Amino acid sequence: MRKLTMAEALREALIEEMTRDPRVFLIGEDLRAGVPFGVTKGLAELFGEDRVLDTPISEAAIIGASLGAAITGMRPVADMHFADFVTCAMDEVVNQIAKVRYMFGGQVDVPLTLRMPTGSVKGAAAHHSQSLEAWFVHTPGLHVVFPSTPADAKGLLKTSIRGLDPVLFFEHKRLYKMSGEVPEEEVLIPLGQADVKRPGSDVTVIATGWMVHQALDAADRLSQDGIEAEVVDPRCLAPFDKAALFASVRKTTRVVIVEEAARTGAFGAQVAAWIVEEIFDALDAPVRRVAARDVPMPFSPPLEEYVLPQVRDIVDAVRQVVG
Amino acid sequence: MSISAEKQRELLRSMIRIRAFEERVRDLFAAGRLPGFVHLSIGQEGVAAGASSALRSDDYVLSTHRGHGHMVAKGADTARMMAELFAKRTGSCKGKGGSMHIADASVGVLGANGVVAGGLSIAAGVGLSIKQRRSGQVCLCFFGDGAANRGPFHEALNLAVIWKLPVVFVCENNGWASSTAHRYACAVPDVAVRAAGYGLRGVIVNGMDTLEVYGAVREAVERARAGGGPAFIEAKVVRWQGHYEGDPQGYRDRAEIADGKSRDPIERLGTKLAGEGACGTEQIAEMHRAAQEEMDRAVAFGESSPLPAPEEALEDLFAAQQ
Repeated sequence: MRKLTMAEALREALIEEMTRDPRVFLIGEDLRAGVPFGVTKGLAELFGEDRVLDTPISEAAIIGASLGAAITGMRPVADMHFADFVTCAMDEVVNQIAKVRYMFGGQVDVPLTLRMPTGSVKGAAAHHSQSLEAWFVHTPGLHVVFPSTPADAKGLLKTSIRGLDPVLFFEHKRLYKMSGEVPEEEVLIPLGQADVKRPGSDVTVIATGWMVHQALDAADRLSQDGIEAEVVDPRCLAPFDKAALFASVRKTTRVVIVEEAARTGAFGAQVAAWIVEEIFDALDAPVRRVAARDVPMPFSPPLEEYVLPQVRDIVDAVRQVVG
Repeated sequence: MSISAEKQRELLRSMIRIRAFEERVRDLFAAGRLPGFVHLSIGQEGVAAGASSALRSDDYVLSTHRGHGHMVAKGADTARMMAELFAKRTGSCKGKGGSMHIADASVGVLGANGVVAGGLSIAAGVGLSIKQRRSGQVCLCFFGDGAANRGPFHEALNLAVIWKLPVVFVCENNGWASSTAHRYACAVPDVAVRAAGYGLRGVIVNGMDTLEVYGAVREAVERARAGGGPAFIEAKVVRWQGHYEGDPQGYRDRAEIADGKSRDPIERLGTKLAGEGACGTEQIAEMHRAAQEEMDRAVAFGESSPLPAPEEALEDLFAAQQ
């Protein structure tokens, strides 16, 4: 099968959906130039500047305007440039986008996709490295998608754009240049469907985004010692595929939850709560979590490495639960 | 600008209906019969009526927390509105929005808003959508003087101008952001001067004169519809009631309220029309009677409608329940 980078796969999804539906348009900062991650480069030449709208640095207006367009017949795909900047538009995301269908009693559809380049990338430091997905899982009314491979990114972005509800679409910055197999034919991946990235029998490692790849590296190392980890990628945090996770945990009876976000109050804490509340009997060991330390992302490489979860941390956590 | 006698009567009728709706809500709320809290637009009817009367039925409106008048003026069903305030399942928003989030998309009202300045960037997006769909519609965005001190006000105005969007921004300056005086909170006495920072002419009108509001908004709407881009109008009004019903208003000089009441927009237009023979006193009395009967029906519908079943709280979150 052919290989694409995640940036190429996302770009292909945008091209296909913009070709298919004239209501789809892009709105955000630096889209025509396609900087810094290259996803939208050349799309203005393909579709015209009316459908690839460069904005001023006005995050509240980008998201508010996307909402206004979405509830009156268009299908905006907005780009937050860096997920950190959504903090400048939290009213628009949390009070407006997430609630407008509900508080109006279902009068409007909100077909809006908000692309969120997320996570650490070497040395980007405190304002360009955060993993804020838990905030939005905690906001009823939003779908939260977080793919880890080019094929998943493409299939999930296409589904998000075609839906009638707002989607916060997290794209990990370290994965834009990562290659993976992407089918030539059209694939739409439903939201809320997990994927087992590596089968295994001894322990379930559930991980998101870049951490899926860290977990796969850890699984390779553990395999050399005869420990077979099953790596489950939920791909969507909301809606979340509890059935797939629980099936894996029932099989392995042990679980490690891995994420890049600051540990306290992160999405993994909710996953742990679901497991303990709903399938505690299936566990043969306490649930363990691997996450970032609770500080802003520091700049200096040794500091950053110390704060972020490492492959060895995952290996250690798995060894503890398999005892 | 000449305004036909027919249009003037329509404006008067619209203001009378808004006043009748708001006075019912005032009394029902005081009697403890409506949950939540309400912000009334009594005294400010001239802006809602004047601005909305300049719109087509398929044009859009973004409203505010003080939004009942905007809804009534744009043609929302007052019975369903009243049912919403009674928190009933037959309400405009099935009892999920209430006064501060009331909306009726079927008449183009895309919502009151519980967040000051929450509507401006949404309005810019509606304008963008109108332009993209080449539908020839216009979006009218109401906001208060308090909104002018929030960031999204500036972001939205700038975006509307650089993209030449068909959005008419109408500031209802009643001099108070809750209990904080505009003269204290804003660096300039007229919000309209801020329009110049975005290359727009800020037009100031007397919001207690609905004909002046209508004239300015009609001109702005016609220009926006013809592709001339956004407009900015500041209507100076007096809020007769407190910020919310029950607000003791210890912060406010009673002379200001008395002055507002002496400039009642309904009396003003009624007197003018009667004087010109365009509308007899009996015809005006009939407008009041009809409005009272409409509100009788609205209250009866709201009162007699069923409350939502508790589990309806879980509906309408997504298009298809996950």
